[in-house]
Amino acid sequence: MCLAIPGKIKSIRHEYDGQIKMAKISFGGILKDATLDMVPQAEVGDYVLVHVGVAISIVDEEEAKQVFKYLEEIGETDELTESEYVPGQIERGELRNLLKNES
Amino acid sequence: MKYLSEYRDPDVAKKYLEEIHRTVTQPWTIMEVCGGQTHSLVRNGILNLLPDEVNMVHGPGCPVCVTSLSIIDKAIHLAEQDNVILCSFGDMMRVPGSGRNLQETKAAGADVRILYSPLEAVNLAAQNPDKEVVFFAVGFETTAPANALSVIHAERRGVTNYSILSNHVLVPPAIKAVMDDPECRIQAFLAAGHVCTIMGTSEYHPLVAQYQIPMVVTGFEPLDLLQGILMVVKQLEKGEARLENQYSRMVKATGNQAAISAIEQVFEITDLIWRGLSEIPDSGLKVRPAYARFDAIRKFGINLSPVPENAECISGSIMKGLAKPHDCPNFGTKCKPERPLGAPMVSSEGACAAYYHFRAVLEEVAA
Repeated sequence: MCLAIPGKIKSIRHEYDGQIKMAKISFGGILKDATLDMVPQAEVGDYVLVHVGVAISIVDEEEAKQVFKYLEEIGETDELTESEYVPGQIERGELRNLLKNES
Repeated sequence: MKYLSEYRDPDVAKKYLEEIHRTVTQPWTIMEVCGGQTHSLVRNGILNLLPDEVNMVHGPGCPVCVTSLSIIDKAIHLAEQDNVILCSFGDMMRVPGSGRNLQETKAAGADVRILYSPLEAVNLAAQNPDKEVVFFAVGFETTAPANALSVIHAERRGVTNYSILSNHVLVPPAIKAVMDDPECRIQAFLAAGHVCTIMGTSEYHPLVAQYQIPMVVTGFEPLDLLQGILMVVKQLEKGEARLENQYSRMVKATGNQAAISAIEQVFEITDLIWRGLSEIPDSGLKVRPAYARFDAIRKFGINLSPVPENAECISGSIMKGLAKPHDCPNFGTKCKPERPLGAPMVSSEGACAAYYHFRAVLEEVAA
């Protein structure tokens, strides 16, 4: 139940005399309703994080790239510590579980 | 970007794992607070790919697991009333009460409905004006805005036959309770990303300062977790204790002000009993008097007296990071998801259920 998933806003409508802001949100093609009451500035085309029918955050597109940049950046700013670890020790086959959960 | 599959890239994951292996020089015990993170660490085989020096222990961040037996019994009691439709997240259905669980109560004829969102329960109440609709509102800070919003929506729409049975829990007091345990050996935390999406990060600075422990606000995908662990290990190796935010695409320092306002409008802070951990001061949310008519505890005059727990379940030790699920003599034998002794074997975010469902992954990668 704690799952929160990012989806793309396809359309926005107002219900109950404009008191409740609702959206159709696409999760990889599956459309579900969620309220935008907690992210009133969200617009069609934005990606929002949805938890139990409530959009709770707008995805920050610039920050979304940081996980891919971080390693390069620490490589430039950090001195690597001495270690006997040999890169490549982890075989790709061991990572297959990471591939099982594509959705 | 879809903001999902990109964060499961095995090539980037491998680089992170190599960097963690290269950085670590001594043993460290790190707690991930959130059950969703536990689930992802186990399901994706990450636990077994980490260096032996990195010992991940699994925290109390599973709302289903910490909801007290007393409240579950009360939910079952409400569901058994003729005019009540009791609505719940699916995870709560098989959590053991003192007697029956909610699923067995439903099978015995009670009107119990599994819903995805509390907002659906407000619709159900509007469609059934002759019934009382009660939503079993459990959860951490992530879920609190949705449950608060259901009450606000019911008020705006004039739906008077709706109420919530609230058992809302808060992360920072739980971290304090875990750290204050004399046996605690946790040296750093991955803080729960979605909780911080709502609340921001300011609540965690005092904890970092008081206990001198690194904390990294972390997401849930494999790359998020690996980056969070790397950031924590780097701090530990350098002897630092800072708050960092790995999950910046979703978490702002100030959190979500609209969501915080909704929580504060409907709820106030209260002492709360956590299943397996006993009572923690200022660790829960209860409905404010101004919304008493939407509070099932007041509406139905519920008395929340404590109920003794099953002594065979060691969930308290697991949630404090003092034991792993397979340290329990009943794990996988007397206690299984279909016949659980305690809640962590039931919920998808429970550490025991994660270890049980993905034991093949754990064994396969370890072999």
